[in-house]
Amino acid sequence: MTSQPTPAEQTPAATGRAQWPLWEVFVRARRGLSHTHAGSLHAPDAVVALRNARDVYTRRQEGVSIWVVPAAAITASSPDEKDAFFEPAADKVYRHPTFYVVPEGVAHL
Amino acid sequence: MYGSDFEDPETVGQPGASALLDEVESAERDLHEAAARTVATGGSTGPGADAALQDYFDAVIAADQKIEPRDWMPGAYRKGLIRQIAQHAHSEIIGMQPEGNWITRAPSLKRKAILLAKVQDEAGHGLYLYAAAETLGSSRDELVELLITGRQKYSSIFNYPTLNWADVGAIGWLVDGAAIVNQVPLCRCSYGPYARAMIRICKEESFHQRQGFEILYTLARGTAAQRQMAQDAVDRWWYPSLAMFGPPDSDSTHSEQSMAWKIKRFSNDDLRQRFVDMCAQQASVLGLSIPDPDLRWNEERGAWDYRQPDYAELFRVIKGDGPCNRQRLRHRRQAHEDGAWVRDAGSAYAAKQAARRAGKRATEQVAAA
Repeated sequence: MTSQPTPAEQTPAATGRAQWPLWEVFVRARRGLSHTHAGSLHAPDAVVALRNARDVYTRRQEGVSIWVVPAAAITASSPDEKDAFFEPAADKVYRHPTFYVVPEGVAHL
Repeated sequence: MYGSDFEDPETVGQPGASALLDEVESAERDLHEAAARTVATGGSTGPGADAALQDYFDAVIAADQKIEPRDWMPGAYRKGLIRQIAQHAHSEIIGMQPEGNWITRAPSLKRKAILLAKVQDEAGHGLYLYAAAETLGSSRDELVELLITGRQKYSSIFNYPTLNWADVGAIGWLVDGAAIVNQVPLCRCSYGPYARAMIRICKEESFHQRQGFEILYTLARGTAAQRQMAQDAVDRWWYPSLAMFGPPDSDSTHSEQSMAWKIKRFSNDDLRQRFVDMCAQQASVLGLSIPDPDLRWNEERGAWDYRQPDYAELFRVIKGDGPCNRQRLRHRRQAHEDGAWVRDAGSAYAAKQAARRAGKRATEQVAAA
């Protein structure tokens, strides 16, 4: 593993105070769309994180719903093993409909 | 919208801005298209030798794809980006001061509401950028510390004072205009979080530039005194704005490597020329003149000839000897220190709530057992 520590894991700077934890912000732009990662921010707790997210990421009605997630709570796949990790999907072309030959004249398939 | 004295900027007509916005859109499209392409890596993608990692990094850049936070990247790429993004963030934060100076004295409620929204945007832009810098492994506290101790710079333009209301217009038109010309190419920067932050910022900046243009346009059509005020502001902000593009290409230190890594896409002089061409045309719509006796259309080049800013002055201001350097930094430091109790109270309240929740859970577990 050579990946960087996430900012939330880092030691506080010379100020002597621990900085507020980092939160990742996900915004649902409109009804019917999924939440999408918008960015991150610092906040002491979830309630303040939500409020800050509203002020930072939805000043122009960019969203109808916001999720905030502590950055430290996110587990991510490692970029170092990404080829091996996603490799099992590479040789399964039969998962795509285009794999199959459909005879002439078949409707609704 | 407040009051009825608002003129639709679309009808005022400000050529140039919409073309730039189109470029932001197209950068966003290209980002999606490039992501769909497969990166040719020559087969050496497994973990291991640094050479293989470097190959993969180079291939991603060559394919115009984005480098993402957890990808391997050369140390100098990481370091250079942190420096650039942090300086950019600091500029947005310090940039609140010159205009913030006029919030309480804006000439109408409408103007005050707009200026408040604009200054709040600058804070937002600073936060997007700090967040992007943090993905490279530097902490927010560290970055704030570097700013308030003067160890990292911000754009020298914010060391000039805003003497009257027209300056707010000149800042919007010239300073934000120059910022957009500088920043639109950054929407195509090879580092993903920076590029995404820039797309967001550029879309919002165009409101800033237009509101400045509209302030000047209104003043330029007012009384003789108002017109004079607008011209005076343009006279004072023109050369500092030209200097925002940095030293001429012959003296620029960071450019070549930044170009190769696709962090920077155009040279300082190319961007400056683009800005001059844009403004020369817009000034005629405003009915104000640009304070450059050498400014004239060059048919052969298809561009405006102009007089270079005083780079000796630029370096003096960067080194700390501008009209407002000390004041800006002192104000920022004071604001940070004055906010310490808020940060402490937030942490203390969060800790108390967490302890309460933990206590409640423990009681419930005991009751259940």
